[in-house]
Amino acid sequence: MTLSFHAETFRDDYTFANSPAAIRAFPFPFDRDAYMYTVNIEQHVPGPVQSATEFPIHIDEHYVAEMRDRAITLAEDPLRCQSLPHMMTAEWDLLELLMTSMATHYPAHFTLSRDGDRWHWINRPMDVDQTFTFGDVSTLPQGPMEYVTRQCQGDFCLLDQREDNLWMDAGMVTSQADWSLDFDLGMNFMEWHAPVPLAHDLGVFERALKFLLNLQHGCPVRRLNWTMTINPRLDTSPENYHRWGIDKASVTPENVGDKVHLRVELQALWRLPRSNAIVFSIRGYLIKMDELVTQKKWARRFHRVLASLPQPIADYKGLGRFRDTTVAWLSRHDDGLPTSPGFAPD
Amino acid sequence: MKPSTIKSRPLYGTLAPVPQATQHIAIVEGEGALALADAFAGHEALRRTIILFSPIAHRADHDQTAVLTSLSCEALHLASNVQELLGTLVTILSTATMGTRLYVSGSEDFIGRVTSEALRQGIEMDAIQTEHRGAPTRRVQCVHCKGFIDGVSASPALCPHCGLHLLVRDHYSRRLGAFMGVSIDAESPGDLPPPEAFGA
Ligand code: HEM
Repeated sequence: MTLSFHAETFRDDYTFANSPAAIRAFPFPFDRDAYMYTVNIEQHVPGPVQSATEFPIHIDEHYVAEMRDRAITLAEDPLRCQSLPHMMTAEWDLLELLMTSMATHYPAHFTLSRDGDRWHWINRPMDVDQTFTFGDVSTLPQGPMEYVTRQCQGDFCLLDQREDNLWMDAGMVTSQADWSLDFDLGMNFMEWHAPVPLAHDLGVFERALKFLLNLQHGCPVRRLNWTMTINPRLDTSPENYHRWGIDKASVTPENVGDKVHLRVELQALWRLPRSNAIVFSIRGYLIKMDELVTQKKWARRFHRVLASLPQPIADYKGLGRFRDTTVAWLSRHDDGLPTSPGFAPD
Repeated sequence: MKPSTIKSRPLYGTLAPVPQATQHIAIVEGEGALALADAFAGHEALRRTIILFSPIAHRADHDQTAVLTSLSCEALHLASNVQELLGTLVTILSTATMGTRLYVSGSEDFIGRVTSEALRQGIEMDAIQTEHRGAPTRRVQCVHCKGFIDGVSASPALCPHCGLHLLVRDHYSRRLGAFMGVSIDAESPGDLPPPEAFGA
């Protein structure tokens, strides 16, 4: 498939927008009219053609602009990309996973040729042509994780497995929903999830961890998570919260459709072959309310989900200042009819 | 403010000498000296125990120095501040062996600084015991400018490095030895609740 990439921004003048095709491919995260934390893990198998899950690694029309935004964020704050010394094998595993997947599924844009350890990587949209020796760091301009994730949409964490736990020992995190890699680096699964309400008591994290410890190579899994963001901003980090927090106070009944975005994370997990580490990819999708309500079912359903969302979850996600205004706006797009089961638009 | 039970925050215990240890290193501050004395007084482990003590200035800690002197351990290092104490600790740890156990007691921010330095020197978490004594002050890292603030007693707190008013969260990093501080009035500049002191 050949994509045409938008020239758009995720800061300052915020020109980001979705094409009708991208709206239809949006991974809407609600399969019923209410939301609660669950162990929502499924096999990461190919989904419908032109959906977010058609391929293991999803590249779309926002690719080039997202990579440009990542480069700006990294230039201002290099700590968004960190790796502890024992993670080098996992970094190479990640590079292999991403390059092979991108080249296999988007051959018009990416090419990988291998001759033993001599690899040749071509990334046409970003004008990259790189020959390197797999396993030899000195042949790449950055470490393998940083190199490949500067060229792949989504945030990435590499989890080391030991002591029956997962440890966040490396990552590239520039478009996060208000959490800090620098702060969480070196923590285990329970520690980095510590701030999440309700889910610990529901046993969600205990069961999820148990499942992940047994994740097998070749059998990746995925789940969806969501939050809301004011303006199509990728860098909603705690580091810059003193810059973007004020945007939450800017929502009015008149600008909801343009300013308020549903932000969905398609999270996938792979066991890596050499290091036995796990990759956790956090592929983010943004959709403004004006775009969302073009799909009648999504408009009805999101209105009901947001109106009935348990208070601790709304507080944790930081929706306080604009939730009521958004629910009121969405109510105009909810005719009260029943919604069909499942995620897909009607 | 009630103490939280958030899962990233360490639980502190009561010091107890590990009989099999080949070397004991006790790192204590202020009232932590008394926790050490409670655990070690009269114990044969003292012959293999090095104590590093940092008295808290402006308090009557000479009694605590006397308590530590009376323990007759292998060596007692008195430091004039925590920075100096950490320097001594790094030197001692550079020759530490597998059977070494660490015992840390004092305020929560002291425990955090010592633990994070020890982890950086390659000591495993399960070789470190901790006991909280003294003020419930916290060590905080400002997530915006990454500066550390020692001895924080209430939230919100002013970041002396970048001037933002910080909500002190319960989320804790052992690697950094600090709680996260994040702007409290970002969504409503100047809107500051009165500081609330931390509970024990
Ligand atoms: C092993 C890979 C995973 C990583 C690296 C990861 C990382 C994170 C992080 C950093 C947060 C934000 C915590 C904060 O507020 O500081 C979070 C939130 C959360 N995680 Fe995970 N997570 C992983 C897997 C899972 C799995 C398998 C589940 C399954 C149930 C899960 C459920 C959640 C939930 C429910 C939240 C709260 C999200 C919200 O309400 O916005 N996580 N995760």
